[in-house]
Amino acid sequence: MLSKPLSLDSGQVLPSATIAYETYGELAQDKSNAILICHALTGDQYVGSTHPVTGKPGWWERMVGPGKPIDTNLFHVICANVIGSCMGSTGPASAAEDGAPYGMRFPVLTIRDMVRGLVGLLDEMGIAQLHSVVGGSMGGMQALSLAANFPDRAARVLAIASTARHSAQNIAFHEVGRQAIMADPNWRDGDYYADDKTPDAGLAVARMAAHITYLSEAGLTDKFGRRLQNRDAKSFGFDADFQVESYLRYQGSGFTQRFDANSYLYITRAMDYFDLAEEHGGRLADAFAGHANNSGARFFLVSFDTDWLYPTAESRHIVHALNAAGAAVSFVELSAPHGHDSFLLEVPALDRAVRGFLDG
Amino acid sequence: MAEGKALRPDLAAIARNITPGTRVLDIGCGDGTLLSHLRDQSQVDARGMEIQSELVERCVTKGLSVVQGDADRDLSEYPDKAFDYTVLSQTLQTAARPDHMLDQLLRVGREAFVSFPNFAHWRTRTALMFGGRMPVTRALPVSWFETDNIHHVTIADFRELIAQKGVAVEGCWFFSGERAISPVGANWRAEFAVFKLSRNL
Repeated sequence: MLSKPLSLDSGQVLPSATIAYETYGELAQDKSNAILICHALTGDQYVGSTHPVTGKPGWWERMVGPGKPIDTNLFHVICANVIGSCMGSTGPASAAEDGAPYGMRFPVLTIRDMVRGLVGLLDEMGIAQLHSVVGGSMGGMQALSLAANFPDRAARVLAIASTARHSAQNIAFHEVGRQAIMADPNWRDGDYYADDKTPDAGLAVARMAAHITYLSEAGLTDKFGRRLQNRDAKSFGFDADFQVESYLRYQGSGFTQRFDANSYLYITRAMDYFDLAEEHGGRLADAFAGHANNSGARFFLVSFDTDWLYPTAESRHIVHALNAAGAAVSFVELSAPHGHDSFLLEVPALDRAVRGFLDG
Repeated sequence: MAEGKALRPDLAAIARNITPGTRVLDIGCGDGTLLSHLRDQSQVDARGMEIQSELVERCVTKGLSVVQGDADRDLSEYPDKAFDYTVLSQTLQTAARPDHMLDQLLRVGREAFVSFPNFAHWRTRTALMFGGRMPVTRALPVSWFETDNIHHVTIADFRELIAQKGVAVEGCWFFSGERAISPVGANWRAEFAVFKLSRNL
């Protein structure tokens, strides 16, 4: 629980916000070795340990742990659930002051609000400056937002497969997901917490649509092609004839077991509202004015050549702004077949780059 | 000067002529040899651009700030006079338009260092004259069909181009193999040349 109320971009205030977090590795006595990892849209604080609901390994266990690229023998890794989410931090499923769940009474959030929550957590921990802030996708947005709005709080900023603003296409895909949730009769204006009927069908469709954007066309073709699912011929019906359909349905229904539909609405909205330049007078370079002339953080941007959700051009856009601001920035486009999801998957070049940047 | 490892002679000439504490952009910085030397020996704010991702990774591991990019395309994104010096070592002859590249170097940097292999070196001339084939020499070791060098240039050509552009020569250094040689007859005798340039005001 944060000791101070959280003032939000909407003008509203969260009087008492809870931030759920996990840590890995020892914090050095001088508190100089803390790395904050920011999670993506549907991620959570279980970056390097078993998820309590699904029983699956942490979402970035291949990157975080003893001897891993983000080495918990060296670093104290902090990963917190963002506000608005549903794994223990304050969100729409939490109780409002009247004791009932917020539902749609929860204030609309921004990425910067999430970062304010994370900085509040760092304040409680007495960590004045992070060794690094690291994030992929929406986690990268938080890392950039932290660098822009709290320039003294991180010495290194690593944003992977991310962007400084949501494009029309990004917003469009999210709107499909939100409409699917809100069209589900069980959604009932977000007031569904009292009984067991939750808008799972809508949330599953939202997840299916989003999941397509995380993969590359070549990746999907390679994994599924036009292969049929457990059958020799087409059924001339609407079962999941194709493997890719079966896969998406599985992804969708699995997701509803661990995620709250209203949280999905709020977090996608926060991502759509994200435009780092807009909140700094319209010029992205001005967002990084606190890092001019080598005095600020070292930045490292990484993109993937098959990511069409946040393509390389978006990372380059950030790099140009950082250069214009005179900030210390590195950038690399890595080749990986998996599309946007490459940051979560087996990409040895990413492991090397992350380790090299954190140790360099 | 204390050095861990000897720099290539053209890079050493560049390093000796960079004022400590300045801002430098090395275009085509490779594994960051010059940049880390400048940072460690001369407290230079050293930045790089490199087209190969593996080499960018190695620079990042050394704690350097290097952006993956194609100089032909991405140099235009840097602000005017963002650096005290720009460096283009052994890369001019690979540019799509070396003349445009020179303009960019002197737009982004107040001064520019350019090094390149001299196509008029006597070995190259001899190979072409008597062999009748595109030269493959120790300075130009790759066959014509696979070399990145799409714009071979001689010292005389280079001098003519910069004169046309109104660019001033602040210094020049010539090398045969590892050895520095005098400017006399450099267009015959030098395998490599380094020029320090500025834009006439």
